[in-house]
Parts: sequence; structure tokens; C-alpha cells
Amino acid sequence: MSITVNNKEYNFVEQETVQDLLRRIKFTFPLVIVKINQKHIPRESYATTIIPDEADVKVIHMISGG
Amino acid sequence: MVIKNMSEEQDLRQTAILESKSVGIAGAGGLGSNVAVSLARAGISKLMVVDFDIVEKSNLNRQYYFLSQIGKEKILALKENIENINPNIRCDFHNIKLEKGSMWKPFQKVDIVVEALDTAETKTQFIEEVLKYLPNKPLIAASGVAGVGNSDRIHTKKNGNLYLVCDDEAKSSEEDVLLAPKVCLMANWQANIVLELFMNK
Repeated sequence: MSITVNNKEYNFVEQETVQDLLRRIKFTFPLVIVKINQKHIPRESYATTIIPDEADVKVIHMISGG
Repeated sequence: MVIKNMSEEQDLRQTAILESKSVGIAGAGGLGSNVAVSLARAGISKLMVVDFDIVEKSNLNRQYYFLSQIGKEKILALKENIENINPNIRCDFHNIKLEKGSMWKPFQKVDIVVEALDTAETKTQFIEEVLKYLPNKPLIAASGVAGVGNSDRIHTKKNGNLYLVCDDEAKSSEEDVLLAPKVCLMANWQANIVLELFMNK
């Protein structure tokens, strides 16, 4: 049982929310965009969205400049 | 427009595709001004650009403006430059500041959205809103445009309808320079994805 976050493998944790996961992988940077299995997870749903087993999670963070 | 090494029929077909498409660009700075000019040259006939800034001397190291345009609203200056390339392009340009919560609204009618903002905060917020409210619209964003060299680090991350042109190892613009070569490279990379999406449909 595992999930991938930005192509890196992590243990699957039962009933883990997006918010929990971001804390677990120490992604404390507040400015991120999260996608699970290509589906966008709005920021206001981080505390309520449960990550399924074998999820492909992408945590995208933007760098300033334009 | 004559495109060499292409049959006339193919040429006409591609021209017709591009003439029927519209692109919305958020921001008319280093990324946005260069994306707009590149798409105008390529034959996109409807461009929608939103920006609230004026042209400053410090912009000229990377943005598609000229000395004579300093002090002008960027959207007016950009319109002028595009009309000098092709007066038939429909420029639907707006001098407004995108505000949190409604940033996605001006982009409801365009075929493809280009994120060309500057700070990490506004980039993230804009992408968040477009993904949430316009989930079926292709969105081409860019991250990590500061610095020189390292062109080979630039790549596209595709995830659903989001295409992120990025250099993950770049420093932020507060810590590194913003200069034409890399900014224009990534802006044109964004424009090239726009064309690819239109042509492959």
C-alpha cells in the first residue's frame, strides 16, 4: 500500500487528508497547487479530502518571476 | 502568410484553424507581452490580455516594449506593437487588476488561458481559480523564469489541462535576475504549447 507524491513513493496512511500529507512530507510552503489522480483539489478542501491508496499526488509550487 | 515547405492546402487549413481561435493572457509583463507578440506573429487572430501596469524603463530588458512607450499603459503599448505586426488581429485588452476570487472571470470565453503573472502568490491563486472554475480550459503556466543559462532544465509538466512550463531549480525573481533570454524562451515555450494544442485538435 503506497502513494506517490511528485513521482516519489510514500507509505499509504489510512484516512489521511491532503493537509495531513503536506505536513507529513514537510511541504509547509503555503503556496501550492494540489492534484490527486489529475483532479484538482481546491485549497479549502485540503482538510477534508482523504487520499486514496495508490493515489498519484502532485504538489506544485510556483517560483516568482514573469 | 507563406510558410515554406508546406503545401498550400495544409497552409490554408492551419491558417484557418488559428484564425478561429482566441487566447487569453493574464499579465502583459515579461511573459505576457512576449507570448502575445509571438502568437500574433503565428496567426492567432483573437487575443485577450489583462494587465494594470504602465511601461517602465526597467521593463525593457525583457518585455516587448520600446523607449518611446515608457509611461504608457502596458495594454495600450502592447496593442500598438501588435497592430504594427498585423492590424487585423482583434485585441480585446483590459486595463484591470486581477483580484483574488474573480481572477478567472475575464477568461470564460477564450479557448486557451496563459498565466503570465509575476509573483508566486498571484500565479498560484490564478491557477487555483482557473482549475476550479474553468476546469475544461487548457491553462499554460510558467514557473522559474529568473536567471541566466540552464536552458536545458526547462521542461513542460502536463497534468490534466494544466501545462506548466518550469525550471524547478530556478531561484525566485527576488534572488535572481529577470532577463530577456530566459524569460522570452519560456514565454515562447508557452506560446508553442498553445499552437500545438490548436493544431493537434
